[in-house]
Amino acid sequence: MDQTTLKENKIKNTASGEERESDLHIEYTTLNLGPTHPATHGIFQNILTMDGEIVIDSEQTCGYIHRAFEKIAERRPYYQITTLTDRLNYCSSPINNIGWHMTVEKLIGVDIPKRAQYMRVIIMEFARISDHLVCNAVIGVDTGALTGFTYLFQWREKIYDIFEHICGARLTTNIGRIGGLERDFSPEVYKKINEFLADFPKIFKEFGTLLERNRIFFDRTNKTGPITAERALNYGFTGPNLRAAGVDYDVRVANPYSSYEDFDFQIPIGVNGDTYDRFMVRQEEIWQSLKIIRQALDNMPAGKYFADVPEFYLPPKEDVYNNMEALIWHFKIVMGESDVPKGEVYHAVEGGNGELGFYLVSDGGRTPYKLHFRRPCFIFYQAYPEMIRGGMLSDAIVTLSSLNVIAGELDA
Amino acid sequence: MAGITNEFLLERLQQQFGEKIKAAEETFGIVSVVIEPDSILDIVKWLNTDNILKFKFLTDICGSHYPDLTGQELCAVYHVQSMENNVRLRLKAFMPVSKPEIPSLTSLYSSANWMERETYDFYGINFIGHPNLKRILNVEEMDYFPLRKEFPLEDATRTDKEDQYFGR
Repeated sequence: MDQTTLKENKIKNTASGEERESDLHIEYTTLNLGPTHPATHGIFQNILTMDGEIVIDSEQTCGYIHRAFEKIAERRPYYQITTLTDRLNYCSSPINNIGWHMTVEKLIGVDIPKRAQYMRVIIMEFARISDHLVCNAVIGVDTGALTGFTYLFQWREKIYDIFEHICGARLTTNIGRIGGLERDFSPEVYKKINEFLADFPKIFKEFGTLLERNRIFFDRTNKTGPITAERALNYGFTGPNLRAAGVDYDVRVANPYSSYEDFDFQIPIGVNGDTYDRFMVRQEEIWQSLKIIRQALDNMPAGKYFADVPEFYLPPKEDVYNNMEALIWHFKIVMGESDVPKGEVYHAVEGGNGELGFYLVSDGGRTPYKLHFRRPCFIFYQAYPEMIRGGMLSDAIVTLSSLNVIAGELDA
Repeated sequence: MAGITNEFLLERLQQQFGEKIKAAEETFGIVSVVIEPDSILDIVKWLNTDNILKFKFLTDICGSHYPDLTGQELCAVYHVQSMENNVRLRLKAFMPVSKPEIPSLTSLYSSANWMERETYDFYGINFIGHPNLKRILNVEEMDYFPLRKEFPLEDATRTDKEDQYFGR
């Protein structure tokens, strides 16, 4: 910690509106918050200028876990890029994976069977739940309520168990394939999903009663880190953070993908755009996601779980060993020799934190000519100094966790 | 949700800007227009204030490098969208690698700040008027722009891998 002397001798506390002058010189403290700090839940550095406990200004540094995904993607065949998207928002990898598959499917022009679309919806909504669970539980931790966190994390584990049974992986899932899913849901998956749907609502309701109308929690989060709808749009907010400010924009409704138009669900919105509203919007979105999953399970269409695209979708292993054609396709796919049309695609999905966009330029080669990820965290994290200015340091911590900035998505 | 068609959008854009729209195509549901770098601020400002189109949201900015297009090697790609009309638009501005300059949108959109810094970081496009144009994801000491195509990802000195077999 070092001290900085500033020349102006007039400071305004924007939290209370009071302005005071001083004959003495005022010393602001420079406080280095991060890059690694238990309260930041990720690698974020903020160089704060503090007047006592009031945040005067903040300067952010990012890039600590930059892994050059866009460059790496320019040398990888399309199916190998899925593993890069895993590591963007690693709290909801399946949404990133499926978003990428859908981008490629848009480029090569393939229709996915209804069944695969519904299965994808189930997976994506579970990913959304796990993403929001982490965020909301952590807001609790940062306000001093560890109980909800330990309670809910068991249920995130159960979602990961479901993912494990679908694709074999838990966190960085690499779920699905270009053209559908790698395998059908097994009876065990249905069993686990049904168990989750039966038990989780009760638990989640309990979690809600712990915090939603808790006086201490409300006083700590209400009016902390607020942003108006106008500023939020100007800052490029999307997802729950934008909806908390009162704008009902959701990619699932505006540009439905993967049959989202078939489902009946509500888009919760907030009013003040503060930490409490962000918390409540995520709470309600979890209920809506559960509703979508139930509808998808009830109306699950029969049919195949993959599309007929032999040049991208790997044939079954037994065919590869016994059937010449399947062997050729297998070889072509693994070596990345399938032809891709030329074109420019922008495809957006509603990720855990907002509009996750893929801008893909193909020149017909085996790899993308250019791939850019529109990462919602990277765009809305810019607003952080404006949101915490004039507030207390402890509010800045809560605001950061309620924005749910994920380091992997911030830095790509 | 009310919506306007891509044809209407393009017609209205061409009516307003005429020759400034150098080329236009529709790819995968999004109108993509090529414009001069100098006119980007005017166009985006007009799109924002036009009371029919209402493109009030800047979705994304990124760069792209085409070494073969002499005189217009670098490209800045803008995605804007109108939430009210539920329509997106892509704007592309090509500029020479020797003078990669384009006006900044930071005066209009706060979100453009980091997007432009990222584009500068990777492609070296100078956004004129940006308040703090410095590297954001890479280390500040870096003296090249890594997403340009002259930097191959794999070790260029390797001879055991031929492009013929392993793509570019």
